[in-house]
This record gives sequence, structure tokens and C-alpha cells, in this order.
Amino acid sequence: MSTWPLLTLITFLPLLGVFLLLFVRGSHEDVARNSRDVTLIITFINFVLSLKVLLLFNPADPSFQMVEKYPLIPSLGISYHMGVDAISLSLVLLTTFLMPLTILMSRHIASRGREYMMAFLLLETMMIGTFCALDTMLFYVFFEAVLIPMFLIIGIWGGGRRVYASFKFFLYTLLGSVLMLIALVAIYLKTGTTDLTVLMAGDTFPLEMQKWLWLAFLASFAVKLPMWPVHTWLPDAHVEAPTAGSVILAGVLLKMGGYGFLRYSLPLLPDASLYFAPLMWGLAIVAIIYTSLVALVQTDMKKMIAYSSVAHMGFVSLGLFTFNIYGLQGAMVQIISHGLVSAALFMCVGVLYDRMHTRDLAAYGGVVTRMPRFAVLFMLMTLASVGLPGTSGFVGEFLALLGGFNMAAVAPLSEVCQARFSYGPTVALLAASGVVLGAAYMLWLYRKVMFGEVANENVAALRDVDTVEWVVLGILGLVVLWLGINANALLQFLEPSLTALLSHMNVPALCPPTVP
Amino acid sequence: MLSTEVLAVFLPLLGFVLAGALGRRLGAHGAEYLTTALMLTAAALSISLFGTYALDGQHTTITLMSWMSVGPLSVDWALRFDALTAVMLVVVNGVSAMVHLYSIGYMHHDPHRPRFFAYLSLFTFAMLMLVTADNLIQLFFGWEGVGLASYLLINFWYKKPSANAASMKAFLVNRVGDFGFALGIMGIYFAFGTVSFDGIFNQLGIETSFKLFGWTLDAVTLSCLLLFMGAMGKSAQLGLHTWLPDAMEGPTPVSALIHAATMVTAGVFMLCRLSPLFETVPEVLAVVTILGALTAFVAATIGLTQFDIKRVIAYSTMSQLGYMFFAVGVGAYGAAMFHLMTHAFFKALLFLGAGSVIHALSDEQDLRNMGGLWKKIPVTWALMWIGSLALAGVPLFAGYYSKDIILESAWASHSAAGQFAWYMGIAAAFMTAFYSWRLLLMAFHGQPRASAEVMSHVHESPFVMLLPLLVLAVGALGSGAYAYDWFVGEGRFEFWRTTLAVGEHDVIHAAHDVTGWVKHMPTLMGVSGIFLAFIAYLWVPKLPGALVRMFPSLHALFYRKWLFDELYNALCIRPALCLGRVFWQSGDVRLIDGLGPNKFAEATKNAADELHAAQSGYVYHYAFVVVFGLAALLIWLTW
Repeated sequence: MSTWPLLTLITFLPLLGVFLLLFVRGSHEDVARNSRDVTLIITFINFVLSLKVLLLFNPADPSFQMVEKYPLIPSLGISYHMGVDAISLSLVLLTTFLMPLTILMSRHIASRGREYMMAFLLLETMMIGTFCALDTMLFYVFFEAVLIPMFLIIGIWGGGRRVYASFKFFLYTLLGSVLMLIALVAIYLKTGTTDLTVLMAGDTFPLEMQKWLWLAFLASFAVKLPMWPVHTWLPDAHVEAPTAGSVILAGVLLKMGGYGFLRYSLPLLPDASLYFAPLMWGLAIVAIIYTSLVALVQTDMKKMIAYSSVAHMGFVSLGLFTFNIYGLQGAMVQIISHGLVSAALFMCVGVLYDRMHTRDLAAYGGVVTRMPRFAVLFMLMTLASVGLPGTSGFVGEFLALLGGFNMAAVAPLSEVCQARFSYGPTVALLAASGVVLGAAYMLWLYRKVMFGEVANENVAALRDVDTVEWVVLGILGLVVLWLGINANALLQFLEPSLTALLSHMNVPALCPPTVP
Repeated sequence: MLSTEVLAVFLPLLGFVLAGALGRRLGAHGAEYLTTALMLTAAALSISLFGTYALDGQHTTITLMSWMSVGPLSVDWALRFDALTAVMLVVVNGVSAMVHLYSIGYMHHDPHRPRFFAYLSLFTFAMLMLVTADNLIQLFFGWEGVGLASYLLINFWYKKPSANAASMKAFLVNRVGDFGFALGIMGIYFAFGTVSFDGIFNQLGIETSFKLFGWTLDAVTLSCLLLFMGAMGKSAQLGLHTWLPDAMEGPTPVSALIHAATMVTAGVFMLCRLSPLFETVPEVLAVVTILGALTAFVAATIGLTQFDIKRVIAYSTMSQLGYMFFAVGVGAYGAAMFHLMTHAFFKALLFLGAGSVIHALSDEQDLRNMGGLWKKIPVTWALMWIGSLALAGVPLFAGYYSKDIILESAWASHSAAGQFAWYMGIAAAFMTAFYSWRLLLMAFHGQPRASAEVMSHVHESPFVMLLPLLVLAVGALGSGAYAYDWFVGEGRFEFWRTTLAVGEHDVIHAAHDVTGWVKHMPTLMGVSGIFLAFIAYLWVPKLPGALVRMFPSLHALFYRKWLFDELYNALCIRPALCLGRVFWQSGDVRLIDGLGPNKFAEATKNAADELHAAQSGYVYHYAFVVVFGLAALLIWLTW
């Protein structure tokens, strides 16, 4: 089995599924139901296959593994080049893990069930491709192509303002990506290669060029992450998207931004990364405080969780630019943890929405009396979102903040770097305020929805989670707890790759000791 | 693997899981008997562990599994056992077992008993993880875990909006403290490169600094201040105390266990655990002393004026925590732990006794509607007297020993902060005795003020509720004299060994030699406080009203709790919500969207409209443009 092109298989199996769905026949309902079943099976097989990749993967080896490389456009040197390290594999696993759960939870599609499933399968292919691609052009194609199915999912199956939301989503992401394309072309023109491994092994670019490239990448990744102030597409997209769309959007799509920083900005442009680090810290702090405060006054459940996503991603952008292992690990754990927790939270909102057909907080109250089992799972996810120790959320936030605090602990440093990194404790202190604000809006949300007297007859008529919902949310809950209690499982898996990234960036050399 | 140590910590977790997951199948009785049996077992095991680790002086650390390791940072799940842990084990498991037992009676009518007992056991487990931690991060796990359990239990009656609000307030105020605590841990890691207690203690005296907002600050000092901020939140010290009185919304057994005997003392425990570290930062200890002293005083003044029986006891708890803190501040760690232990007994007794009163009066909590109960519930009455005598520090009762040694240590510390603490503490001792007897006299003595209907239902609590009260009463009577020697007497070095630091100036030693009048002041204050209460509430009942009319603003200040809630509302909560709205509507909607995507879309549309006008369809329009363009091109090329 090890000679199989496994990465290609897990990337394109969903695409194959899209074609399979074309052959589903029968009445309207049959097509919808069968399409969903087929999709479920395919995504589940894909998950099993990705577990096989995990088994074959040697985490101690930080280089890219399971590499496949075939020429694609030989005249330009563009090749079909796939491979994974621990960073990308963990994101691939997140994707393949969330997909079947998401499909399981999408049982109430109003129309065009088959096309809906096709969009999701297409989305999976593009997402996995993004995480596995080792050729810059291939990466770009996958990265951009993700837009299309998501645009359709929001635009066709979305809520009332779906067109506005989908165009806003498209506009933001596309504008960012155009700049990234220019950067990738510039890199190609400068080096003559689109091979990421060659680029990483080669010399770094002059600082001026790095700066321009870095900003171009930022435009794309910042929108995806999303960072303040280019986050305003996210609340609209989430509010309008169907539940499954929100789950994948928060669970996987946002992670592509963080992944981009890890794969491109940091290793290829280390000097510019250091140069712009204070900008990132600043934006991260603003994102954490600003969006937390905005989340506090929302009355739409989805909007609130969407804003909380921006705040949580602030910890990612902070951790990524701390130039030490704590920060990087924190950012990665936060990425994975947020992927699971926000996915589960959107599912929770979906569970309520399916029954009540409203996301307005005012329509809820006292749900706990009607849905005690749901209350347990929703509480667990709320706590993970708040970052309670024992859940995965704590590990991510704490390590990202620890990385921020301890920036100056990297030695030896030049005076310039010393001065810059000495802001670490200040940055950590400001960012940590999000821990208080995060608890405020999440507990407020939980209180408004769950506690108090039963608010109205609709709430009184609620039925508790059924088996599928119970199992799906339960599985997510167990993983969140497991990663919180046995964080080492993930940390040890990631450590070699992240350490390699750090030594590749050669942080002390970025800050050459001053020569008297 | 399943040693006594592990069982003593994990049996409560087992209780939580079983009662939580199988509560419906076990039924209410199954869940409460199961969790209570597990807790009683854990308590028995704790007593045997007390023998091993406190009396025999052993110590050990059991590593369960690795939790987080990143680069040089390595954090384990581990159980550390030494004298300090052993004391806490007995207090936590002992009181928790009693509260479990009591709750079987107290919660008798509640349909959600499995959930209640599951939460109680969860709390106990988190508290045990806190006290057995061998590093700061596991301590933080327990720290936030008890916070969670407290949140869930305050909100146990989740239909009550007041309970919802109180639980959220408790969580959030504690989060503010935990914000400091977490940063403190990071600062400690910055300075010492480790978060394990032994690792820190091995490198004391490190001189390192970091910058915060441009100021260069000593890393250890600031980190300790931040850790203390965490302690302030958890232990309701002045500034972060506002959640504790509101937390009385929870069922009374919860108040006894969490908000009197155990959780709120976590801050004191943490400072004692880190005493070798805090000994190196005298500035921080001075802050601890002053804040503790102020807390003791301010809380006592509020306690004088409240009418809710539980709130009076809550403020008294806050006040007593202040004593423990200034004991830590002057370096009398053994005295702080001593008071922690005796307080756990008598305060749990008082709370459970109050619960018994509330139970008897069909959920009446207002002292103004009580009175004349002593004949109807004599056992409760007698036990409340014992608890109050212990609290007021009347000789031979537990509180007498521990409060005296704290006040004497403060006096003997010969520091300005210590002197200040002594005066505050003496004043608070007087008020403590006064409001304790105000409570007793208003509740049990005089004429009944409850309706005849209510009074006819007054009944003594069942045995299952009285038994725990009796056990705690034994502690409130005897624990002071019994444990004096271990905690603060001649045997203290043998008992604590290296777990508690002893400063160069051994204050506890000096405390034994203070002059006579200082020694007798606390007792004098306690007795005169009781006497005055008898005058005001039994013999001259017009006196309190007259006093209120004489000092209306002072009374208003005390009665309205020094206006902390109003202040925080105006300074924190309303501005935060207002800022959120401004950021949302002006920032996101108007500024970012308005100038970003919406502007872009509008501009595109406008441009399209403009260009649309150019496509007029008239040939002469196009011809004109062609000619004009050609001319321009020619000019440009030939220039």
C-alpha cells in the first residue's frame, strides 16, 4: 500500500465522488438521500485513507513525506508535486475528520440535494489539495478553487442575504489572492522554479523584495485567517451560509490562512516576517480585543460565534510571529482546536436552528429544560471556546501567549531585536485580555439560550438531540477533551516539523549580534 | 497504580462521571448514595494519608502522565504529597464528605439531585487536583476547574435569573483574576525556565527583568504580583470580591463547601505552596498584607448591615480570608494554614447551620423575618452557637487559637504593613463578634417575626443533616487546641518541614512572645462585640435604628457594599458594551464595510453606469472619439 499515491487518492477521491453523484437516479427525495449517503461513504473512506497516511507517516522526520511528483507544464517547470509534513498532515486529518461528521449533520437541505453534496465533495478535494501541494502554482490553483464551491454553497443554499454575503466573501478573498498570485509569479521570475522544496532550500531573497512579497502574501492570508480589518466578510458569510457551510468555513477554510503563513511567509520570507512582526502583533491584539467586544453585543448566535472566530484566530496570528517553539505550537494547536470547537459550535447552532428556524438570541431561553443532553455538549464546547484547562482550547491559547511573553528568551539577539522582542510581555498581556472577554460573550450566549425560564411555546416544544447529533457532537467533544488532557499527542507529532521550520528560519541569524 | 494516593484524588472524579453519565439510570438515591459513599471513602483515605505525609513527614510525587511538552517546557499530570497537601486533603475531602451527606437531606425535594451530586464531586476532584499539583499549570487546571464547578453550582437552579447572573459574575470576576494568574505563570516561566515548584525553589534569587509598556520591571516581583491577582479573584480579596456575596444564590451546601471551606481558600493555599518564592519578594508580601487587612476590615463593615443570613456569613468568610492573607503577608504561613483549617470547620458549620434554619423556615433567608427559633430547632441553635463562638475567637474554641496567632504575628512582624494589619484585624475582630451575635440573636432569640403559618412548619432537620453538623462542630470545638502544636506550636518545624518557608525573622516564634495586652486584645474585642450585640439586639432593640439615623451615609456605604458593584458597572461593564456597539456599527459596518467592499461595489456600479453612457449607439459619437484619439496618438508619437 505504501507505493500507492495516497495523497493523490485522498485529494481526488472526493472529486471522483462528484462524478459518481451524476449517476444517482430516482425521485427528487431519493436523489437527495442517496447523494448524501454516497457522499457520506466517500468522505468516510477518505478519512480512513488519511488515517492510513498517518500510520505511514514518520513524525520524527521533518521533511516532506509521501512525495509525489510528475511534470505538469514542463515548459514552465510546473509540476504536480504533493507531499506532507506534520503541519499539513494535521490539517489534512482535520479536514477528512470533519467532512463525514458535517455530512452526517446535514439532513435538512431544502433543495438540490445532489448539487449541494457535489459542492462539498469538490470543496474537500480543493482543501486537501491546498494542504498537500508543494508546487506554488498548484497550491495557488487549489487555494483559489476553494472559493468556487464555497461561493456556491453560500450563494445558493444560504439565507436571505446570501447574494450579498457570497459576493462579499468572493470579493475579499479574490482581491487578496490576486496579490498572492503576483507574488508567486515574482518568485518564479526571480528563481525560475515553482517547487516549494527547492525554494525552501535556496537562498532567501533580498530584504526589500521579501517585504513586498510578504505584504502580497499577507493580503491573501490575512483575509482567509481572517485578521482585523479584513474580517467583515466572515460574519456575513457565516450568518448566511447553511450549517454545513459554516462548519467547514470555520473548521477548515480559515485554517488555510494560518497554513499559508506557516508554509510561505515564515520559511521563505523570514527577514520580512521579523520586520513585520510588530504589525502582526498589533493586528492580533486589535483582533482579539475589538472583535471580542463586538461579539459581546451581537444578538445573532452565528454572528457571535463568527466574531469569536476572528478573536480566536488572533491568537494564531500572534503565535505564528513569536519566533519561538511555544508560539508556533500554540498557533498550530489553536488552529486544530478552533477547527474542532468552532465546527462543533456551529453544529450546535444548527441543531437549534433546525428546530426553531431562528438565530435570534431573544427567541431562546430555558432550552436546557427541554434539551439536557444537548446542554451538556454545548456547555463542553463553550468551555473549550473559553479556553478552560482540560480542553484543547487552553493548550492553544496558553502556548500562543507563552510564546508571546517569552519572545525575548531567544538568544543571542541584536539590540534591535532585543528591543523589538522586549515587547513580548506587553503583547501577551494585551492579548490575554481576550481570555476574559471571550468568557464574557460565550457565557452570555449560553445563558441567553439555555438558562432561565422556558421562553415561549416554541422552546417548550423542542426535542432533545437525536442519536446522530448526539454521536457527532459527542465525538467532537471527546477529541476536544482528549487533546486538552493529552496535549502531547498533538504536540509531539508537530514538534519536529515546527522545530525544523524554526531552525530553517534561523532566528538568531535574523537578529545578528551587534559587532562593536 | 491504584494506590491510596491516587484513589483519594480520583474517587470523586469517578463519582462525577458515574452520577453525571448514569444519573438517570441510577436514580436520585443511587446517585447520591454512590457519590457520598465514594466521598466518605476518599475522606477516610485522606486521614490515613495525613498520617503518612504530615505526621510521618514523608513526601512523594506520583507522575501520572505527561500533559504538555514543548521545547524545554514540560508539564506533567502529577500528584504531589507532602504536609501541606495532606492538610488540604483532609480539609477538602473531609468537608466535602460532610457536605455530600448533608445534601442528601437538604436537597431532598429537588428533582435534579444526580446533577447536584455530580457537580459536588466534580468540584472536589478539581480542588484535589489543585492541592496535589506539583507545577503551576496543573494548579491552574484545578484553579479553573473549581471555578467551573462553582459556576455550575451557583447556577444550579438555572431557571432563576438572579442565579444566572450570579454564576456569570463569579466566572467572569474569577477570570479577571485568572488573567493575572496565567500571566504570572508565564512570567515565572520567563524568569525560571520552569513551572514546577521544585524547579522554581531550586533557583530562588534569580535577578531578571522584563519590559512592560516600556517600564523595566523585576520579573519575579511582577510575576508574584500577577499570581497574587489570581489569588485575589479566587479568594475574594478586596477589588475582586464582588462575586462572593452573589454566589450565595447557589444551594446552601454549595456555599458551605465551595464558598466558605475550600475553594475560596485556594488563594491562601497557593501563596503558602509558593511561600519560598514569595519570601524573596517582600514588596509583594507587603501588598498582600495591606490588601488582606483592608479586606478583613471592609468585609466586616458590610457584614454588620446585611439582612440575608447567607450574605452575612459570606461577608464574614471574606473577612476571615483577609486574615489568612495578611498572615501570609507577614510571613506567618503556618498561621494562615491553621486559620484556613479551623475556618473550614466552623464556617462550613455556620453555613450548614444557616441552611438548616432556611430549611426549617421554608426557604426564608431574611433575618428580619426570623427570630425565636431556638426552642423549635435546638440542635441547630446550639451548633450555630458553637460555630459563632469559634468564629468570634472566644477562648478554647478553634478560631481563638488561629486568629490570635495571626494577629500576634502581624504585631510581631514589626513592619508598618503588619502594624496596619493588626489594627484592621482587631477592628474586624470586634465587628465579627458583633455581627455573628446579631445574626444569632435575630434568628434564634426574641419574638418570632415569621408568620404563624411558617412558624407552625418549623422543624428540626433530619439526622442525615445533623450528623455532618455534629462532626463539624467537633472540629470547630477541638481542632484549634488539637492541631495548635503542629501548625504553629513547637512541633511546627517537624510538621511542615520544608513545605512552608520561614523567613529570617521567624514571626510565629516572635508572635509567642508579644506583650500581654496585645495577646489579650482579640479576646477582649470578641467578648465586647458579643456584649454589644446583646445590648443592641436583645436588650435595647431601638439602638440599631438610632445608630443608622445618626450615621446615615456611613450606613448607606456599608449597606450598599462600598459601592463596588455600581463602580464596576460604570467603569467596566457599560463601557465594554458601549465600545462593542461602537466598534460594530461604526467600525465594522460604516468604516470597514463602507469604505471597503460596499464602496468597491458601489464604485464598480457607478463606473459601469458611466461607461454605459458612453455606449450611446450614435455613430457620430464614436467617430468623434476615433478622430480625437487618432489626433492625440499622432501628437504623442511625434512630440
